[in-house]
Amino acid sequence: MTWVPTTPEEQQEMLSVIGVKTIDDLFETIPEPLRLKQWDMPPGLSEMKTRGLMAELAGRNNRDCVSFLGGGYYDHFIPAAVDALSARGEFYTAYTPYQPECSQGTLQSIYEYQSAICRLTDMEFANASLYDGSTAVFEAAAMAVRLKRKRRVVCHESVNPRYREVLETHTANLDLDVEQGDDPTGAACVIVQNPTFHGTMRDYTELAEQCHEAGALLVVIFYPVSLGLMKTPGEMGADIAIAEGQSLGIPLNFGGPYLGILATRKAHLRRMPGRLAAATADAEGRRGFVLTLQAREQHIRRGKAMSNICSNEALCALRALIHLCLLGREGLKEAATHCHAKAEYLKSQFDASAIVNDGPTFNEFVLRLPKNAEETVTAMQARGFFAGVPLAPLDAGEPGDLLIAVTEKRTRDQLDAFARALKETAWN
Amino acid sequence: MELIYEKSRKGRRGIRFDALDVPEAAFPEEFRRKDDAALPEVSEFDVVRHYTNLSRRNFGVDSHFYPLGSCTMKYNPKMAEAVAGNEGFAHLHPHLSSSAAYWPNCQGAFQLMHDLERLLAEIAGMQEVSLQPIAGAHGELTGTLLMAAYHRAKGNTHKDTIIIPDSAHGTNPASAAIAGYKVLEVPSDRDGTIHLDAFQEVLTDKVAGLMLTCPNTHGLFESDVRKIADLAHEVDALLYYDGANLNAIMGRCRPGDLGFDVMHFNLHKTFATPHGMGGPGSGPVGVGERLAPYLPGPRLKKAGDSLEIHMPAKSIGRMAAFFGNFMMAVRAYAYIRQLGSEGLTEVSNHAVLNANYIHARLKEAYQPAFSKRFMHECVFTATPQTKHGVRALDLAKALLDYDLHAPTVYFPTTVKESMMIEPTETESKETLDRFCDVMLDLAKQAEKDSAALTEAPRRMPVGRLDEVRAAKELNCAF
Amino acid sequence: MNPTTCRYTKDHEWIRGDNGVYTVGITNHAQELLGDITYVELPEVGADAQVGAPVGAVESVKAASDVYSPVTGQVAAVNEALEDQPELVNQSPYDNGWFFKLEGVDASEVEALMDAAAYEAYLEDLDE
Repeated sequence: MTWVPTTPEEQQEMLSVIGVKTIDDLFETIPEPLRLKQWDMPPGLSEMKTRGLMAELAGRNNRDCVSFLGGGYYDHFIPAAVDALSARGEFYTAYTPYQPECSQGTLQSIYEYQSAICRLTDMEFANASLYDGSTAVFEAAAMAVRLKRKRRVVCHESVNPRYREVLETHTANLDLDVEQGDDPTGAACVIVQNPTFHGTMRDYTELAEQCHEAGALLVVIFYPVSLGLMKTPGEMGADIAIAEGQSLGIPLNFGGPYLGILATRKAHLRRMPGRLAAATADAEGRRGFVLTLQAREQHIRRGKAMSNICSNEALCALRALIHLCLLGREGLKEAATHCHAKAEYLKSQFDASAIVNDGPTFNEFVLRLPKNAEETVTAMQARGFFAGVPLAPLDAGEPGDLLIAVTEKRTRDQLDAFARALKETAWN
Repeated sequence: MELIYEKSRKGRRGIRFDALDVPEAAFPEEFRRKDDAALPEVSEFDVVRHYTNLSRRNFGVDSHFYPLGSCTMKYNPKMAEAVAGNEGFAHLHPHLSSSAAYWPNCQGAFQLMHDLERLLAEIAGMQEVSLQPIAGAHGELTGTLLMAAYHRAKGNTHKDTIIIPDSAHGTNPASAAIAGYKVLEVPSDRDGTIHLDAFQEVLTDKVAGLMLTCPNTHGLFESDVRKIADLAHEVDALLYYDGANLNAIMGRCRPGDLGFDVMHFNLHKTFATPHGMGGPGSGPVGVGERLAPYLPGPRLKKAGDSLEIHMPAKSIGRMAAFFGNFMMAVRAYAYIRQLGSEGLTEVSNHAVLNANYIHARLKEAYQPAFSKRFMHECVFTATPQTKHGVRALDLAKALLDYDLHAPTVYFPTTVKESMMIEPTETESKETLDRFCDVMLDLAKQAEKDSAALTEAPRRMPVGRLDEVRAAKELNCAF
Repeated sequence: MNPTTCRYTKDHEWIRGDNGVYTVGITNHAQELLGDITYVELPEVGADAQVGAPVGAVESVKAASDVYSPVTGQVAAVNEALEDQPELVNQSPYDNGWFFKLEGVDASEVEALMDAAAYEAYLEDLDE
């Protein structure tokens, strides 16, 4: 079944206007020897059959467990209005606003999104979005290298190990040293994360000063929901603030689409990757919005562009914006307060000696189990829990280390039952 | 229209949470932000009305004909949204892939990705596919890094250049440069295809690869493509296929059979996943035998009745934290399965038929940029109209007043005053006819009353906006 | 229209000497191609400028281009007025819209560049 509306009669009419006999005639510029003789493709299906097939595949994924999985991606509550509004065809089926007069919906929403990110982070400029948190790390590092013309990038141990892997893949063919640590000497930037991948709160204010003295930039990876309470990247003196925006109204989606957030200071704006919307006016003085500083981008500057990014994650940015508006000033604080309090409650159920973190935590912490964490999570599934992320397979901890995340969605009953089950499973 | 921030009223709330059912916890003061984030204080209904009204200031494919060349603005079937809404996909946590202990919980997702990789490989004549790249340009970067890994392994350290035709998408040279390569642009021939002599002249041993779009961005099939591939392979240069225009040739020919070594797909173009105002896209890479060992990992593999993931020894590593834009893969998979073999061929047949129909109807009033047979899009130049003081941009703006989205007018840069029209296969003959009627009418207006065109649009929420002021003031946040 | 007191490069920069100090800008042709200029990036005073190396950039709404040093020298001054009024480059490319001044220049390097007549012939060639 296809979505081609043309009837056989219309097809004949069109062919005769073109002046050819058959559709095959239109493909004559493909040399005969290169034409496809046959392929191994299944026949088409009705919508009913397709939906059945997809439901069957979805049914083979287990989502019946109560989840304590985090590690950068969190099971937050998403209000229905986020889905309803972002599903509107006028947003959903539009493209990059190349014609601003018929794209004011898109452009104003980008401007509002940029404003929300600046207000959240205490930074001056935010771009319209990047792909996701992991690739935003590479974009921020590349931006710092452009600004500082130094070939050394320092990635702190606090950074999500997946992000570090993605950074290394992207820079493998570049004359660039990616090192671990926090020494800004000779570096274009130091990249840090707060809370750390293990969930520990960190204040990088002093490191920011050290970076600036050494002529390096500080890149802070933040967790958007935490900023309901947490000291902001702007307050810490970050030059570039980046984040995985999934926690702002975007479902877990098994890895994507997500949202790459990037914000910076005015001094660094001209080297920022990605699109940027700005307010302006038409000849009659009516306020309107356009894409600006496009001359930095690939479609104009080609090989000398700030980034190769073209398609971004605009629809996810709209979701994040709507989500932040629904939460509002108080709601964001409340969400952060609940995440923190519930995680603290769960943490208090375990012996303090089992907690690996060396400082206060936000909504995530590492438990060192006396048993292998992977074996433990298998056993915990049978009891109805996704118990957390075992850290050893990520090279981020000991075999017994389990990263446990709590969001506002977890109830006290669930937390009590989980603590009981985990103690019985791992400490028995 | 007011901004959502201008609608904020102190104390107004959107959503509320339940009362905290655990003891309050003290948040450490030294980590607390000084001031609250100044997000708007609005009700849920404020938000719904605001964004509903904002959406109405947009053209989208659902509401408007959107012949934006090179972007493939086809209908996005609602079926795909229904299947993507399935909680078994949308609520699946990505770290379920991070430990083998969790793999039994995501077998449906693994199976879907495995099957989609196989289908895409078959559609394009490639050996293997990775779904990781998050967008087309990210696929290009991945492909370029794959070429680099191949050359490194072979000791081809002298290869530092990638050849790209001047008609290529801007992302091609940008991706190659970001991967660490020098970019050499070669001019197109007057007939709009790659200039074989100019290509041979620059094809030295320094060349690591060549990036081509086929049909190219002029809408023309590169008939010499096989010759180009053979010449490139003689100096161990690899051939990259920019899949932006794959929708023109499905079921007719395959990049792998044309001699390409590596490519990306644009699921949001060819396979109808929605464009979402600029994204999310999805740009899986396909590779032939030469590059298969280097594909980004983790890769899926069969283990008895189930699927597992592993990181192959030669893999370039992760291009994304997990599997790229998985939910776009879900939609594209459903689309491909519903269309099947005949349906996919019909997509290309009608994309090409529709573009040629528009070309036939407009070719007297507007000057086609090239005389060869166009495929899925046709490119005109408004140079003759500039004699009357009307530019391609003016025609684009005038179309908006007829509730028609403009064609692409800033690209390709190889054509002066270009108008690149891509109708796609999902538009009906009467829509194409209405577009052509309006275009013909505008051609007449250009001769008689050019001033009316240069002042367009008049019926949009705003007129032409002052972009110079925007760039100077840089008011980018409220 | 292109002053005979200047020498010109193929990248459309001009250079003009006065008592050992050389002023550099972009040509009228360059500013016309770029359209309304919205931003000019200038080198730092004291920086070494190598012939043919990018020392600044100029942006308009629809285009961006590097600015190359026509000859080797040290940057003695930059036109700070362009920071707030980049439109000076459009309005007055050869006077108020200058970009930077160079010292320590080898005069013969300047002499080797195109004179106004040669530059105009070069522009005509480009047109074809």
